[in-house]
Amino acid sequence: MKRRNFTAAALAAATFATALPALAQDNTFKIGLILPMTGQQASTGRQIEAAARLYMAQNGDTVAGKKIQLIVKDDTSLPDATRRLAQELVVNDKVNVLAGFGITPSALATAPIATQSKTPLVVMAAATSSITQASPYVVRTSFTLPQVSVALADWAPKNGIKKVVTLVSDYGPGLDAEKFFKERLTFNGGLVTESLRVPMRNPDFAPFLQKVRDLKPDALFVFVPSGAGAAVMKQFLERGMDKAGIKLIGTGDVTDDDQLNDMGDGALGVVTSHHYSAAHPSALNKKFVAAFEKANKGLRPNFMAVGGYDGMRVIYEALRTAKATGKAMPSGDALLDAMKGQIFESPRGKIFIDAQTRDVVQDVYLRKVEKKDGQLFNVEFDVIKDVKDPGKTK
Amino acid sequence: MLTILFDGVAYGMLLFILAVGLSVTMGLMNFINLAHGAFAMAGGYITVLLMQRFELPFLVCLPLAFVGSALLGAVLERTLYRPLYNKPHLDQVLFSIGLVFMAVAGVDYFLGSSPQNVHLPEWLKGRTEIGTDPFVLGMGHYRLFIIAVCAALTVALQYVLTKTRFGSRLRASVDDQRVAAGLGINVNLVFLSTFAVGSGLAGLGGALGAEVLGLDPTFPLKFMVYFLIVVAVGGTSSITGPLLAALLLGIADVAGKYYIPDFGAFIVYSLMIVLLIWRPQGLFVRKGGQ
Amino acid sequence: MKTQLNAQLSLLKQSRLKPLEVVFWLLAFAVPLLSPSHVLIINEIAIVALFAVSLDIILGYTGIVSLGHAAFFGLGGYAAALFAKLVMPDPLVGLAVGIAAAALLGLLASLTILRGSDLTRLMVTLGLGLIMMEIANKLGWLTGGADGLQGVVMGPLLGRFEFDLSGVTAVYYSLSVLLLFFMLLRRVIHSPFGGTLMAIRDNRLRAMAIGIPVNERLVVAYTLSAAVAGAAGALMTQTTGFASLDLFEFHRSADVMLILVVGGTGWLYGGVAGAIVFKLMQDFLSSITPQYWMFWIGLFLVVLVLVGRDRLIRPWTWWRAARGGKA
Repeated sequence: MKRRNFTAAALAAATFATALPALAQDNTFKIGLILPMTGQQASTGRQIEAAARLYMAQNGDTVAGKKIQLIVKDDTSLPDATRRLAQELVVNDKVNVLAGFGITPSALATAPIATQSKTPLVVMAAATSSITQASPYVVRTSFTLPQVSVALADWAPKNGIKKVVTLVSDYGPGLDAEKFFKERLTFNGGLVTESLRVPMRNPDFAPFLQKVRDLKPDALFVFVPSGAGAAVMKQFLERGMDKAGIKLIGTGDVTDDDQLNDMGDGALGVVTSHHYSAAHPSALNKKFVAAFEKANKGLRPNFMAVGGYDGMRVIYEALRTAKATGKAMPSGDALLDAMKGQIFESPRGKIFIDAQTRDVVQDVYLRKVEKKDGQLFNVEFDVIKDVKDPGKTK
Repeated sequence: MLTILFDGVAYGMLLFILAVGLSVTMGLMNFINLAHGAFAMAGGYITVLLMQRFELPFLVCLPLAFVGSALLGAVLERTLYRPLYNKPHLDQVLFSIGLVFMAVAGVDYFLGSSPQNVHLPEWLKGRTEIGTDPFVLGMGHYRLFIIAVCAALTVALQYVLTKTRFGSRLRASVDDQRVAAGLGINVNLVFLSTFAVGSGLAGLGGALGAEVLGLDPTFPLKFMVYFLIVVAVGGTSSITGPLLAALLLGIADVAGKYYIPDFGAFIVYSLMIVLLIWRPQGLFVRKGGQ
Repeated sequence: MKTQLNAQLSLLKQSRLKPLEVVFWLLAFAVPLLSPSHVLIINEIAIVALFAVSLDIILGYTGIVSLGHAAFFGLGGYAAALFAKLVMPDPLVGLAVGIAAAALLGLLASLTILRGSDLTRLMVTLGLGLIMMEIANKLGWLTGGADGLQGVVMGPLLGRFEFDLSGVTAVYYSLSVLLLFFMLLRRVIHSPFGGTLMAIRDNRLRAMAIGIPVNERLVVAYTLSAAVAGAAGALMTQTTGFASLDLFEFHRSADVMLILVVGGTGWLYGGVAGAIVFKLMQDFLSSITPQYWMFWIGLFLVVLVLVGRDRLIRPWTWWRAARGGKA
């Protein structure tokens, strides 16, 4: 048997014993921002972090006499890493608010921690309906798939689309999108002839799209997580589906602003429904986009960024208006109360945090991909106002 | 149905080009190189960058991708791989996984993590349909192109292996390294050139595949399994073995996802396990092969 | 006669507990008290260490290369989590269930690794890991699919210690289970059975020639290894209250193999040492460069292999030429 010295193990044991925990300061308001900074969802993490920092740069880092500290952690899209990081942030760093959460499993895994520690949890990206019900401390500023899917199901029958095949990624948001689109379309007299589900890992769209082609519907409704939209678009065009008379419709994740410009002219004319487009013609949005691009080397903000930006706004505003005794830090419950019911203008339009469901109520737009100044944008042509998450009214 | 077969064949041929380098180097140097996918990724990114930054046409970028990856392979073989040939397989696995991690993180840092889009030239974007329902054969021009290029390369490889002196030296070194060296064959040179060509082919495969398989920094990790399946099932002692294995894998994968989408990936893995239990040395190995 | 006695004595001496080991374990149990803010990562280290030690049984002591050990980790984890959710929340019974499930799978899977070369085994084990993940995904109605299994609330350990937010119960639970299995495996390794495993590892043909029932031993070793991996998985889901498909992910199998090799195979403490070093490095690098820790870990591995695993701890040997170079 080999002889080994234990110095390596002992040294390692000693090193972490010397790492001191951060000293907690009474006047610092800490926000624990947990995002996927590496891995498949890394673009989400980057967009949200950039937006959060932009908000802080524009609005300063002191609110109601308290200094704001942003602690960013990378969970690499692994739910148990998210949970552990959240637990450490709450127990060690004593954060006042948890935020971020790039995918549904991460948010769901962390919800019990929010409940146990009475810490508000602001979901800036994840989009499954049931997340806000996982804990009474969850507040969402992103969107839900049912919210944006029903808008399309209302629009489609009015525009000659009766038979639809749905293609979604096989996870929470995808199943939400499929279910609510189908229900609403059927209610409006349309028909979903087939519902296909693509596995989350290693998605290869070619065989699925071939199947759609062979089914010959009027349109294909697609939901895939942001980042996979380009692949779907490519396969759609390669199979000549547009020439075969099949329209491509879907939620805005397919024409994600982050990737849209790179998709080429084949994306022109695709109709999607979503809550945010970088081309939204409001003064606030123009300012937001310009500031974002300037601070991030020309990177165009997408719906993830706006979720992060508005999330910060909700947190700041809550700190400003929360009931607290004297100079003390407001409790989690006080912050949560101050978050509920906030109504304000966001770069996406007007939004409102429902006091009962703690979910976001917002306008959903119908957009078409068009070319403006040589770049591709989702240009809004219709809007459905104040959409509540249908997933909750059931 | 015919279209699915066609798609499967295209996918299979692409996998073959990607994996053939791995198969030969594994048979030759007995080195488990899990970083093979990184060379493929390099080729893909070289192509994308050349097209985006220097606006070179797609067809020009392909041979450049080959050359770039081949050079990278040659340099790494000489400096990093060579000292490790006689180390236990475990060390080789460790080393190559370390290389992959570095490649993935490096590319992520310099080029960003979003999937890259290749803008194909117009003449490759079309589609031809032959036949009538239900036996329609729809052939995307790009996939047709892939099949053509890969078929040509396969023929060329087979020619080099069987009809040239280099080929016989290579085969000798694969069969028995020591004796080959004893006969005066410069085994080091054979290793170097084989590794370089194998990596070059991977790079070419990556460039061709960027459009079909998607190109992002996690490419080597995502597709490593497929390359390994091709090599394990096809064996490392010939070219036809991996070719048939790749075609089988490509068709099974595509057909599985079309006909039984609920079980698509499941089929490939189960098939692989069954095949390997039945024939542990690979499906197409001659008796007594490695 | 005397030489026989000496040989016996030296073998027995190896299996006795060394003083340094006792110190190590005492330290391990004391650290959560000394450094309460690190309790969560210590818990993770303990779980990963148990997982790595389980791999050592087959990799280090029997010479079976596996890239799919996460299959057992995940199955143990889901079994324990589902048991807690659907049947009863007692952690110890759940742990037993997790172990049993993983052992069963190990028994079945061991039939696939009996034949073939290293590469074949690599592929077969990899395939098993991937298939398990697909199954867990397909059974979404049971496992929660890609969203993961929620609502796993553990009852108090031994009826008294609650699993709370501070993680103290969790970490001592994990450490105790680690110690228990470690001592158990140590006993096994130092027994005649362990000796036969090492013989199989070193030269299978010769082992067969002296009458060791190789296939039988392989099956037992693999099943044992799977059972312990299942225990680690059960600990993971029980202490985090959550189970997701990532338990089966390839990177988990790859990571644990790297951890074991970094720490040293064939030396049970290798799994523990590797786990400590790897996890701490990962945590440290993630916090300074959240995006690029993968690069530095990769670099570490490359350097590690180039320099030679056993020389890493002795930096002064790095520039000396490796003894016993190419054949």
